[in-house]
Amino acid sequence: MAAVAGWLRRAWAHDLAWSFRRSPVTILAAFLTLVCVGGALFAPWVAPHSPFDSATLNLSDGFTPPAWTAKGSGKYLLGTDDQGRDVLSTIMYGARISLGVGLAAVLFSAVLGVSLGLLSGYLGGRLDAFIMRVADIQLSFPAILIALLIDGMTRIALPRDMHDQLAVYVLVLAIGVSGWVQYARTVRGSTLVEKNKEYVQAARVIGRHPLAILLHHVLPNVMGPVLVIGTIHIATAIITEATLSFLGVGVPPTQPSLGTLIRIGNDYLFSGEWWITVFPGLALIVLVLSVNLLGDWLRDALNPKLR
Amino acid sequence: MKKLLLALALVALPAYGANLKWAAQNDILTLDPHSQNHATTNAMMQHTYEGLTRYDREYKVEPALATEWQEISPTQWRFTLRKGVKFHDGSPFGADDVVFSFGRIQQPQGTMQVYVSGVKEIRKIDDHTVEFILAGPNPLLLRNIIDFRIMNKAWSEKNRSQSIQDYKAREESYASRNANGTGPYVLKGWEPDKRIVFAANPAWWDKLQGNATEVIYTPIKADATRIAALLSGDVDIVTDLPTQDVQRLRNEPKLKVLDGHEVRTIFIGMDQFSPELKYSSVKGKNPFKDIRVRKALNVAVDREAIKRVTMRGLSIPAAIMIAPGVHGHTPDIDKVSPADAEGARKLLAEAGYPNGFDFGLDCPNNRYVNDEEICQALVGMWARIGLKAKLNAQPMATFIQKIQKFDHDAYMLGWGVATFDGLYTLQSLMRTKTTGADGSFNLGRISDARLDALVDAMKTETDVKKRDAMLREALVMTRDNYYYVPLHHQLRPWAMKKNVSTVHKADDRPESRFARID
Repeated sequence: MAAVAGWLRRAWAHDLAWSFRRSPVTILAAFLTLVCVGGALFAPWVAPHSPFDSATLNLSDGFTPPAWTAKGSGKYLLGTDDQGRDVLSTIMYGARISLGVGLAAVLFSAVLGVSLGLLSGYLGGRLDAFIMRVADIQLSFPAILIALLIDGMTRIALPRDMHDQLAVYVLVLAIGVSGWVQYARTVRGSTLVEKNKEYVQAARVIGRHPLAILLHHVLPNVMGPVLVIGTIHIATAIITEATLSFLGVGVPPTQPSLGTLIRIGNDYLFSGEWWITVFPGLALIVLVLSVNLLGDWLRDALNPKLR
Repeated sequence: MKKLLLALALVALPAYGANLKWAAQNDILTLDPHSQNHATTNAMMQHTYEGLTRYDREYKVEPALATEWQEISPTQWRFTLRKGVKFHDGSPFGADDVVFSFGRIQQPQGTMQVYVSGVKEIRKIDDHTVEFILAGPNPLLLRNIIDFRIMNKAWSEKNRSQSIQDYKAREESYASRNANGTGPYVLKGWEPDKRIVFAANPAWWDKLQGNATEVIYTPIKADATRIAALLSGDVDIVTDLPTQDVQRLRNEPKLKVLDGHEVRTIFIGMDQFSPELKYSSVKGKNPFKDIRVRKALNVAVDREAIKRVTMRGLSIPAAIMIAPGVHGHTPDIDKVSPADAEGARKLLAEAGYPNGFDFGLDCPNNRYVNDEEICQALVGMWARIGLKAKLNAQPMATFIQKIQKFDHDAYMLGWGVATFDGLYTLQSLMRTKTTGADGSFNLGRISDARLDALVDAMKTETDVKKRDAMLREALVMTRDNYYYVPLHHQLRPWAMKKNVSTVHKADDRPESRFARID
């Protein structure tokens, strides 16, 4: 008990916590992120309706406007879409997919990028040259293009129903592969610096296995920048996923993400049913903006020069 | 000096004619005029190719490539062909082309045999006379052959396109990528999914009734984009409006909306032939063979809700498979009873599926008004009675290949009636499937001996009263056996700029020869 209290006290006094408390914007961003993540994570329990259980839908409720407008219904706070699905609930379930895909893609990118960066920086030589040239080539394409390419290839390779089942994983792969370069480059740079430091040399002298040196000594010392890139990359990955889904190549409409919801709602923008597309759009903005602000704060807080 | 004057005179001539920029949802499937019986494809084909007869503005039959005809006996008709007609490549039109096209359209890989059904043979009498030998009297012959389009024999042979492309097998031929007809417009180019360009045929035997000398058709799949193109003035006319935008377009001062219905019925078909469904949880038997299951699917559908919400009033709920305006339709047999989920569940339990079952539902997503949305709504309505339809919405081009291979459990299709007679629907959709016109789109492979007998009798029955009675019986039989799940008849307003005028076509085949741009 005392240990926990002590840990908490130390955490509270930590530099990071201090800079967090000092920035109202960051607190707000963290709060909004928590709301979004909480809403998404607990959607099956907190969402007012279960929009993807076809049996509970009622077509007659379709196109109900938000509750505060004249024709709105208290049953549906943010209105319903063309099939009578509650917009608020679809946003919660949609954010689940968006966040899930974003996080998984970032994790995938980070693991891939960090491993390649460590190897590249530590071993050097031809492997280094090769990995870095591949990175250069990939950097010359926009990430979205690479993601589209990967998605397109799997669409040709896999039969249709299988593709629909695997769509989410394909998306994670596509966004993940399109984002590893930044991690690899940063980690390689830091590794180059770290590997000549005395503690690494000492480890080498006592005969530790290179893999152990990489994992136990170098890795912890290059993780700072990776955390920052990762946080900002979450926002980018969510946007990439939304873009792909908006273009209709992302997740299938049976399990829509925020991007899919915006695309579907777009058809009704001209006819005045603005809520179907505007609310998922707003949700996406809030989510991405708050994650981005958190990322910015983390970058500044971890930067010794700005302290 | 003289030359200069001449040049000036040419420049000073008023620009005669105008170009018509037309947009709709989907692209044509092919340019082969005998390959695919598909409304958009047919609509484009009639710009370039012609039959012996055609419709005027009021759907009355008038002469086209034939100038006159004579019924020598009930099974022998003699057509006099128009003289001096030239194909777009300059070669003359004659009896050989008609005979050649007849042989071609009957090939089994095509889907257009229905337009020459009942014709046993076409004989050449001389270069400008042909004789049709019929299997029996055919009261609809002149209407049927409107879509029997004439190709040039020499051109087809030269370009090795004597046989129809095998569309299902994704075959391409010269004729599926090029066109050479006699019609009002010459095809300038088709870039799939991008545009089709036609220019008026200066050597056409008839005159355009409007002034559209150039027609550019752009398929724009996305509803919002299509309407944005109309609002911004990029296109002159849109012939399939998203239902949600109709009201707004009516209020738009720059535009006008031409109201009209379409003789098209949207329905769900079910595989009633395979011993086991391909995508279903039920193994070893086919639940759609059970009339109680088909009835449950029917009564679970809330057609009024689809009309009110999904179609925004732009549909007529359907109980039978033909639309008002088609001969054979009478309001008393097309009455829709309200949805009854409770009754549907009971029927399923009686049939031995108290907990329902899964099946695949194939839908097009760029063909009919709100096709995918309707299918989604159906998934919900059926879910309430325990049936789980796994929706596979896809573009028309892949969809049609899939269902023509019978690779489906249930599918959505719309059937427009080119001949304005109910037999066309009955013969294509309910008659037992053969390689020809009979059952050409009977993709659920329904087979009912009594229906077959009725359809076959109707083909040759000339006594209108008797024939009408048979038509009615066949329609009611189809309804009461729940061979299909009819959903609704489509209403189809068009929107265009104020300065465009044209004739609304209930057969979903806009004709640019009627269009006028002021």
